[in-house]
Amino acid sequence: MKVTQELKMALSSVKANKMRSFLTMLGIIIGVMAVTLLVSLVQGATNSITEQLSGLGGSNLSCVVTKTTPRITFSEIQTLEQEPEIGLVSAYSSGSGVAKAAGNQEEVLIYAISQNYQILNQMEIAQGRCLLDSESEYRLSNCLIGAAVAQNLFGTQEVTGERIRLNGKDFTVVGVLKEEGSSALNTKDKTVFLPFETGQRLLGLNGIQTFDASAADEASVERAERTLNEFLRSRVGEDNYEVFNMGSLLDMIASIYNVLGYLLGGIGGISLLVGGVGIMNIMLVSVTERTREIGIRKAIGAQKSDIIVQFLIESVVLSLMGGFIGLALSAGILGIVNVFVQDYHFAITFGVAMVAVFFSVGVGVLFGIYPANKAAKLKPIDALRFE
Amino acid sequence: MITLKNIRKTYLVGNEEVHALDGVSLTIEEHEFVAVIGSSGSGKSTLMNIIGCLDTADEGDYLIEGQNVNELSEKQLGKMRSKKIGFIFQQFNLIAKLDAYENVELPLIYQGVGAKQRRERVIQALEQVGLSGRMHHRPSQLSGGQQQRVAVARALVTNPTLILADEPTGNLDSKSSRDIMELLHQLHGQGNTIVLITHDNEIAAEASRQVKLWDGKIIMDTKSEDQREEASQ
Repeated sequence: MKVTQELKMALSSVKANKMRSFLTMLGIIIGVMAVTLLVSLVQGATNSITEQLSGLGGSNLSCVVTKTTPRITFSEIQTLEQEPEIGLVSAYSSGSGVAKAAGNQEEVLIYAISQNYQILNQMEIAQGRCLLDSESEYRLSNCLIGAAVAQNLFGTQEVTGERIRLNGKDFTVVGVLKEEGSSALNTKDKTVFLPFETGQRLLGLNGIQTFDASAADEASVERAERTLNEFLRSRVGEDNYEVFNMGSLLDMIASIYNVLGYLLGGIGGISLLVGGVGIMNIMLVSVTERTREIGIRKAIGAQKSDIIVQFLIESVVLSLMGGFIGLALSAGILGIVNVFVQDYHFAITFGVAMVAVFFSVGVGVLFGIYPANKAAKLKPIDALRFE
Repeated sequence: MITLKNIRKTYLVGNEEVHALDGVSLTIEEHEFVAVIGSSGSGKSTLMNIIGCLDTADEGDYLIEGQNVNELSEKQLGKMRSKKIGFIFQQFNLIAKLDAYENVELPLIYQGVGAKQRRERVIQALEQVGLSGRMHHRPSQLSGGQQQRVAVARALVTNPTLILADEPTGNLDSKSSRDIMELLHQLHGQGNTIVLITHDNEIAAEASRQVKLWDGKIIMDTKSEDQREEASQ
């Protein structure tokens, strides 16, 4: 009950010195903005990048062969599926070209893929069907196209059975993919997928240079990685291949962003501390200015603790108001950033907001204690004599 | 009710010791209206600080209702001020950013009195000093006399053992001084104990007992003279 009175008085004192209060708060406002903005930006970036990467096949092992002889065949890598630690194996290769249909033409990516590629990459079909390994065996001129390709060539998604001309050869569309929204790391919308062997021929490639494999389960990822390494070493020799573990790549990226987040948060934290020093400074001025008031309060019955509480509440009110203003401004800035940057989505998470508010209260208490104590220690007669 | 026994207080001014109070003994009974008179430097401010529990004596005992103030901690001194003493100052000493009502309410807040009771007592106190119509005026919106009346209300709202008025009319015109003195008489009539500190003999003459200080010593006390007269008869 005493505290509600003190709170009312603190608020009226903040209101009475609007300009000064605002300038005092400014340090906290900037500090909280720095912390929340920097941490939210890093979090947003981390989320979208890990999302995109896991969309590429988070638990997959990617193999790249840098030597074309001896040639690795599709049936060879298919035998890897018989190893207990390996789940699915899919081959693919890529290139680019121009697709023409219905009088329109479009620059597209061309992917030659085996059947399992569609499973490992979680490709979703909107229209028609997926590509089969049997089509690859018979080198059928069928294709599966991305949503943007369908839209730009035909103006509609319902194009199964239509024909498109790709690098001078005709293909029949057997399916259209669901639209995913494109980004730097996700290009499915703008791609034409062909049965593996059909595509290899169109792209003028021979043998397998890139293939993915999934582990049988989470626990066997390392063993699967070893198996792939052994297989490739025996086929093409030590320095001519690379096996990437997407999972550990993701972990690495996440930890880099984590460190980045702490670093930037720390820098924001420093500016928050500087803001706290500003509060302490102004509270000390306020104690001197109000020496007489403190004397009066003590003469009419205020205890030391009453005076401490009064000044502490005032500094916490200042810092907390600064904290909320800083949070609101950060939310506004992130909102604007979201309008302009479409690949990422930035938002202040509840945790970040809590940390910011918690810290600004902490700063208010920490930097309010010294001035409050100084005020409370004043002797009433000295304080009353003060002019 | 309050007793000072051989109170001494010495200040060091430079290297020189100044005896502000040099063996002061004084007893004030309940319902008394005592004026302490003295020119500046006589020690009356020091005496008032000690009586008001704002300062403690170097030597001697000061008892309020039997309790020795010299033995109290700072916290207990604060409690004494809060419960037993109501101050009225020459400078009014109201808090500028609080209105009349809030200024009078403050001592009750520090005592931890509940909101409902606070409200009743504050309104009653302001009515008694004739300011119920100006409850929500700030000190800057009130005349000197009105400010001092707010201060009187603040002093009496806690129902203190002792009302301590330090030159309460020192900053007021004669009309307002009259109002304040009448208020003090009224409070005295209601059974309050009042100690009035002043350098003005005319004002002091209105009290029922005069104590004169000179150089840190009591040189005249009308009550003891009465007693002496009584004894000599």
